[in-house]
Amino acid sequence: MQHTNTQDTFVGLFVAAGIVGLFFLALQVSNLSSFTEHDSYTVTARFENSGGLKVKSPVSAAGVKIGKVSAISFDPKTYESVVKLSIDSQYNTLPDDTTASVFTSGLLGEQYVNLDAGGSDEFLKNGGQIEITQSAIILEKALGQFLFKSAEEKK
Amino acid sequence: MIEFLQQLGQNTRTGFTKLGRGTFFLFQTISGILSVLPRPRLVLNQMYSIGVLSFLIITISGLFVGMVLGLQGYYILSDFGAEETLGVMVAASLVRELGPVVSALLFAGRAGSALTAEIGLMKATEQLSGMEMMAVDPIKRIISPRFLAGFLSMPLLAALFSAVGIIGGQMVGSGLLGVDEGAYWSQMQAKLDFQDDIINGVIKSIVFGFIASWIALFEGYDAIPTSEGVSRATTRTVVNSAFSILGLDFILTALMFGDN
Repeated sequence: MQHTNTQDTFVGLFVAAGIVGLFFLALQVSNLSSFTEHDSYTVTARFENSGGLKVKSPVSAAGVKIGKVSAISFDPKTYESVVKLSIDSQYNTLPDDTTASVFTSGLLGEQYVNLDAGGSDEFLKNGGQIEITQSAIILEKALGQFLFKSAEEKK
Repeated sequence: MIEFLQQLGQNTRTGFTKLGRGTFFLFQTISGILSVLPRPRLVLNQMYSIGVLSFLIITISGLFVGMVLGLQGYYILSDFGAEETLGVMVAASLVRELGPVVSALLFAGRAGSALTAEIGLMKATEQLSGMEMMAVDPIKRIISPRFLAGFLSMPLLAALFSAVGIIGGQMVGSGLLGVDEGAYWSQMQAKLDFQDDIINGVIKSIVFGFIASWIALFEGYDAIPTSEGVSRATTRTVVNSAFSILGLDFILTALMFGDN
């Protein structure tokens, strides 16, 4: 009987260790701890060009992440990119003249939506739209313009 | 030429027959699990020899794999000045690929070969026929508990492998090479998704545990009951498990991480 008892203990330890490992992966390694899906509200922003923005890209204001991109689609009528931003509802005091721009974090980093608060007294509501937007800077375009300009100047 | 064709046809037919026997065996095993449930002691004993005894090799290998990933990743990432993302690299490669795959390969080598040899020897020494004589179904008494134990142990082993590997990577990365510890963890947490990465890794390990246990038990049960037959069956277990695990891993990866 003694033999079976120690075996039981080892199996118990093994299962406990495995479950601790799973919890470690879930809580320490993945974003589950920050995943606590707060209530959020959605606003739409239309960009002329949303560049390399992806679903789940961060939305930040003043450098702090306050939400994420929930959908990106192309509007075939206005030829614009329609980006849905889902913003944590604890940040529900963004003025309705907030500016949305697509920025890149670092030279090679991923792209994110930056919100610059305006001065209006009205706040953005669920389903609202951000009117003032600034497109992503496309490196090739900027380079092309620069080269074109320097060639013009030489003439 | 004709002989060659005959041989080819024969081999193909033997292969399909074996696959058919294997599938039949799998159904028997799975339906045998029902009669194992009232006797958890059988499964517990097997979890000891399959899970607990594989614990050491899995954790030590995980630690070293994580440390090597930390070292190699650091050398490459520091060329781009991106050592901070070391945590993401180590954790993503462990959780998505190396954790399930390497632990499944080790599992096949450590536990699978032992299972095949054990059952093959039982067959060679006519213990299985003896059981049948006593009206004990060897599938229910011997095979199903081992299958269930392997199936349950594998995800736990893979999770341990990944967890220990990530800690090993952190030890080398921030302990030895000076990557900021906070950045190691926070970048990892920002980039790895619970649903997409962790759960998919666990699903992979469940599938691998299923396949590896199935192959090991079937090869043992199907072995030619001689010492040579058992030795061949053991070899086949390791080879076939490795093939199936790596092949399935490709398919699962394509399905799971396709749209990233």
